[in-house]
Amino acid sequence: MSGEIYTFKILRYDAQSPDKGPYFDYYKIRVITGLTVLTVLLRIRDELDGTLAFRSSCRSATCGSCAMVINGLPNLACRTQVGSFQDKTIILEPLPNMEVIKDLVVDMTPFWNMYEKVEPYLIRKSPNPEKEIFQSEQDRKKMDQFVNCILCACCYGACPVPARDPGYAGPAALAKLERFALDSRDERSAASLERVNDDKGVWGCDTLFRCIDACPKEVRPTDAVVGLRKTLVKNKFKRTIGIGGKE
Amino acid sequence: MLEYDVVIVGGGLTGLRAAVGLSEKYSVALVSKVHPIRSHSIAAQGGINASLANNPDSKDDNPEKHTFDTVKGSDYLADQDAAELMCKEAPNVVFEMEHWGCPFSRFSDGTIAQRPFGGAGYPRTCYSADLTGHVLLNTLYERAVALGVRVFYEYVVLALAVDEGVCHGVIVLDQVSGKLIPIRAKTTLFATGGYGRVYFHSTNALINTGSGIGIAYAAGIAMKDMEFVQFHPTSLLGTNILITEGARGEGGYLFNNKGERFMERYAPKAMELAPRDITARSIKTEMEEGRGFEHEFGTYIQLDLRHLGEQKIAERLPGIRRFCIDFVNVDPVYEPIPIMPCQHYSMGGIDVNMRCESAVKGFYAAGECSSVSVHGANRLGGNSLLETIVFGKLASRSIPEYLEAHDVRPDEKALLRTQAQVEQKIRRLTSGGNEKPFPVLDTLRKAMDDDVGIFRTRAELERALAKVIEVKERYRHVRVSSSALHMNYELIAAMELEQMIDVGHAITLGALLREESRGSHFRRDFKERNDDAWLKHTLATKGPDTEPVISYKDVTITRYQPMARTY
Repeated sequence: MSGEIYTFKILRYDAQSPDKGPYFDYYKIRVITGLTVLTVLLRIRDELDGTLAFRSSCRSATCGSCAMVINGLPNLACRTQVGSFQDKTIILEPLPNMEVIKDLVVDMTPFWNMYEKVEPYLIRKSPNPEKEIFQSEQDRKKMDQFVNCILCACCYGACPVPARDPGYAGPAALAKLERFALDSRDERSAASLERVNDDKGVWGCDTLFRCIDACPKEVRPTDAVVGLRKTLVKNKFKRTIGIGGKE
Repeated sequence: MLEYDVVIVGGGLTGLRAAVGLSEKYSVALVSKVHPIRSHSIAAQGGINASLANNPDSKDDNPEKHTFDTVKGSDYLADQDAAELMCKEAPNVVFEMEHWGCPFSRFSDGTIAQRPFGGAGYPRTCYSADLTGHVLLNTLYERAVALGVRVFYEYVVLALAVDEGVCHGVIVLDQVSGKLIPIRAKTTLFATGGYGRVYFHSTNALINTGSGIGIAYAAGIAMKDMEFVQFHPTSLLGTNILITEGARGEGGYLFNNKGERFMERYAPKAMELAPRDITARSIKTEMEEGRGFEHEFGTYIQLDLRHLGEQKIAERLPGIRRFCIDFVNVDPVYEPIPIMPCQHYSMGGIDVNMRCESAVKGFYAAGECSSVSVHGANRLGGNSLLETIVFGKLASRSIPEYLEAHDVRPDEKALLRTQAQVEQKIRRLTSGGNEKPFPVLDTLRKAMDDDVGIFRTRAELERALAKVIEVKERYRHVRVSSSALHMNYELIAAMELEQMIDVGHAITLGALLREESRGSHFRRDFKERNDDAWLKHTLATKGPDTEPVISYKDVTITRYQPMARTY
């Protein structure tokens, strides 16, 4: 078989046996063109080491299961070609900002908690029509990039803020909120946006754009942060001059 | 021991829709082996069928026409009352999803956009670019969050507790803690998805093992029509990532190595938009007769979108453009996409009626893991997303009727007995034996690919059956590397392997016995459909000696007598 030998250096840790501490295991694998990091991980687990833990499902950058740090950068293992690296050693580590459960699997509870906090669903006050609520093509397009988010948490792992403030909502949750704030059908109150109007919310962002670099689906969470900031400032101005309500 | 009125297994569209319908009145636990948002529903691309008549070309579309297309597409094996019910409910569920926030693509008049799909007389497939499963799943998960549905994610169901024809709940493994937990439930709904991973080449996610079907089968519930396996015409060469039928719906062409749009030989009217069984067979025939392209990853056919232009591709098919660039380094704006047919969908599944009820009291199934049957021998594109939501909703109506009519008291003892059996199985898999689970699975899935594929013959099916029986024997010697119960993916794979073997066995035996060609099941040695002998559903029930026992059941025919199926 053709192909070059790569060394996969994988961080191992089991929260149920913390005394063993984190350590690296090394696996040497022959890699042919087109092979992804996920394919290699599956081969390691299926053929070499059945104890290796990582999440995976769709293999096509759609389900968001296999986010991890690959040679220092958060990405999905399924969309990362091994051959794209010059170096013949590939280092795999779990996503930062969350506790490790085992090996490359992290506890995503904080991520989901933040998601739930922003009320990530359409809020309507008017009664629904019998058929669809009309929406123009243009209005539909406004949400496009945020609709694409697959909640893989690459952005959350890349963000420098949760490390110093675990209460920070994080890029994905704020992007989800902006997706609804931009939806012409959504009728959430101006007050409901107020819950992100502090350092735990949109003002916590350092605007370093690491989330944008890390996103495997070309979502730009910083755009959401900036968009929400503008809306909040506008709402405050309206309140000051005495016009209430949601725009 | 946990206790609920309803335990729902599976967090995809069906499971979530049922949970949303039930959680306000009943105590509901939704158990899923992955976080719901990782479910395979997310990967559906092209759309969901409903006769909204929004498209200027579909002004006289209606549920009756949708039903006819579904029945004809099924090669008359669908139960017509069930197909009619699904198609009638279709507009309601699409509007409901829209009201809950689903970001469908829109026509210029602000209505939900609809595109043409295979085997359909009208453009009735509602979509959101090529991410329809993604937006529907997100919308239903958002709804579940809004309602506070109790979700146990990364909890794997290992067994169903059935005693004297009544279901008492499930035994689950909490992957993180490694604890086995019995859940006592008055009713249990399986929404566990299809069995694609029984095949080597599949568009399906790795989680689609068909384990739910195998668990129900082990508990005595029949599998139905398992030999009907859908092969999608267009999966990406190499990785088998799905390339949506929407690519052809938007106008894409299929070409062989002679530059011919070969579909004119097989379906002169419908061309590239013939149903999937016919299109997949046409592609396979071109390949077998030397008109495919050769590549180190295998033979392929070209799917050409170049004439659609960059703007249309970017607007309507952005997801598949990205797949092609990321996974085969081909930009469909400039080059044809190399595709091959491969396993895609499971028409067969747990035998239930149109109320999602099984033969066991208190046990329900819906979605791809079930067979009602609305798809019969071949499912139309755009009808699977529809089935998931319609039958998730219908399950959330029939379960309360059962709960209200009966004083249901699930039995703790039945659960504890089942738990002891699971513990014993785990002990066996973690001690003794000298086979790793993966090579056993690999033998199974390759046998299914080689000999239970698009074209079938008696000789091939007999060879596959011998392989399945050999694999079953090898399974008795499987042992996993670690006896830990927490985060032990190899152990879960080994547990599921037993169910995958049972599923493979039922598919192969059903295919061997069915001496006709119907829908996705094509026998080279019996090329014609034979309604006199074979217009009936296959049922496989677990026999005393682990062999499936096969029986048959009538198809419900209401308005549409079987006719020749041409496109």
